[in-house]
Amino acid sequence: MNWSLMLESIPALLYGVLATVQLLVLTLVCGGLLALPLGIVAANGRPMSRLPVMGYITFFRGTPLLVQVFLVYYGLSQFQIVRSSIFWPVLREAWFCALLTLALHTAAYTANILRGAILAIPAGQKEAAVALGMRPLLIYRFVILPQALRIGMPAYGNEMISMMKATSLASTITIMELTGTANTIVARTYAPYEVFVSAALIYLCVAWMLSRLVRAIEARLSRHMRPAVEAQNNLRRVPAHA
Amino acid sequence: MDLLQGWGDEIAHGTLLTMKVAVLSLLVGLCWGMLGALAQMSPNRTVASLGRGFSLVMRGTPELLVILIVYFGGTVALTKAVNLFVADFGFVEVPPLQAGVFALSLVFGGYAAEVLRGAWQSVPTGVIEAGHSLGLGWFVMFVKIRLPLLMRFALPGLGNNWISLIKDTSLISIVGLHELMGLSQMATSVTRQPFTFYMTAALIYLALTLANTRLIAWFEGRLMRGEGRSAA
Repeated sequence: MNWSLMLESIPALLYGVLATVQLLVLTLVCGGLLALPLGIVAANGRPMSRLPVMGYITFFRGTPLLVQVFLVYYGLSQFQIVRSSIFWPVLREAWFCALLTLALHTAAYTANILRGAILAIPAGQKEAAVALGMRPLLIYRFVILPQALRIGMPAYGNEMISMMKATSLASTITIMELTGTANTIVARTYAPYEVFVSAALIYLCVAWMLSRLVRAIEARLSRHMRPAVEAQNNLRRVPAHA
Repeated sequence: MDLLQGWGDEIAHGTLLTMKVAVLSLLVGLCWGMLGALAQMSPNRTVASLGRGFSLVMRGTPELLVILIVYFGGTVALTKAVNLFVADFGFVEVPPLQAGVFALSLVFGGYAAEVLRGAWQSVPTGVIEAGHSLGLGWFVMFVKIRLPLLMRFALPGLGNNWISLIKDTSLISIVGLHELMGLSQMATSVTRQPFTFYMTAALIYLALTLANTRLIAWFEGRLMRGEGRSAA
């Protein structure tokens, strides 16, 4: 182990992790927005609209992410229509392709989680809302989605961490995120242990932070389910409850 | 095949290699998983935290990075080791197949350790006590009582990890293994038809994962027989 080399590579790696986090956040936001309608259709849609959504979910869950990345980044250029379309300047960009693929990928997984969560909600909840005369939009906003969020959160936490790891595949299409940066440093210094292990440690830190974040969100989403005594104690301990 | 411009047999070979790599990684990975689970449940605190650390690291590091560490790290280590005995031997490369299988088996082992530990701890104590009261020895107890329950509890988790493993084998192509993905890349660079070949690869992977999902579901159903009434 060459410790000084390890220390030297850390600033560059931290710069790389910025790109990783940026990619991750954008991926989760875009993927989540896409997953919301898809998950609802997959859970409650008519058979005709459910079929394509389930096909989408099956394809993106059943094929390796690397293939998906290459399909978008290299594959689309095979078609003249794509190359002469107005989207080409964006689709030529490796960064945008990485984001697009990762977002489509996580949307499939997230939609599947959401579908399971919606189906896990007791039918009585929806029936009660209908009996109260609530419209579908209102039922989703106030009855179904809040509960689905809580049910799906543990699985979504795992999905967030697995997407954090998946951003490393962006390095295969020239994106200089954490893995890409580590790879170039290794190619220059030929010290794989020091650099890759530092990168792995940084990934572990990010994974740990993500899991803490998910646990905090989970606790917040299920705060009404905690025993009353504990909730009181918590209130006493934290007077200015944010 | 016209669409594949004569690359059909290469792709078939690549698919075979992909399956071979996946099965090898599964077998080695199950060994890591059992070791990891045993370590996690060890009364010795150091061993237990080592076991937990192993799972933590393998679950928190990207699979690609693990492969790169094993491949490049292994090459550096091997080169140093060989040059120690034979002066100026030069560069020794770890074969991508072995490096990839080793790396993916470690990743699979990290996940499997958690699953196996959970399954082992889910075996109800009453069942074990009943076995003791029947005077069963350690071996009979394990084979007849613990193992069937263990498999029943562990299979759903292991099944998911197995599907992920099949997909992760595509990452070994990055260190130069010519499995399904590697050959698709090669075919692409010759024929200049990336979409055709990557889509073919995607559909083959899809067929593999779907077939294995069915296989796991069938196996789960088999393990569950004798558990109450048959599924309605």
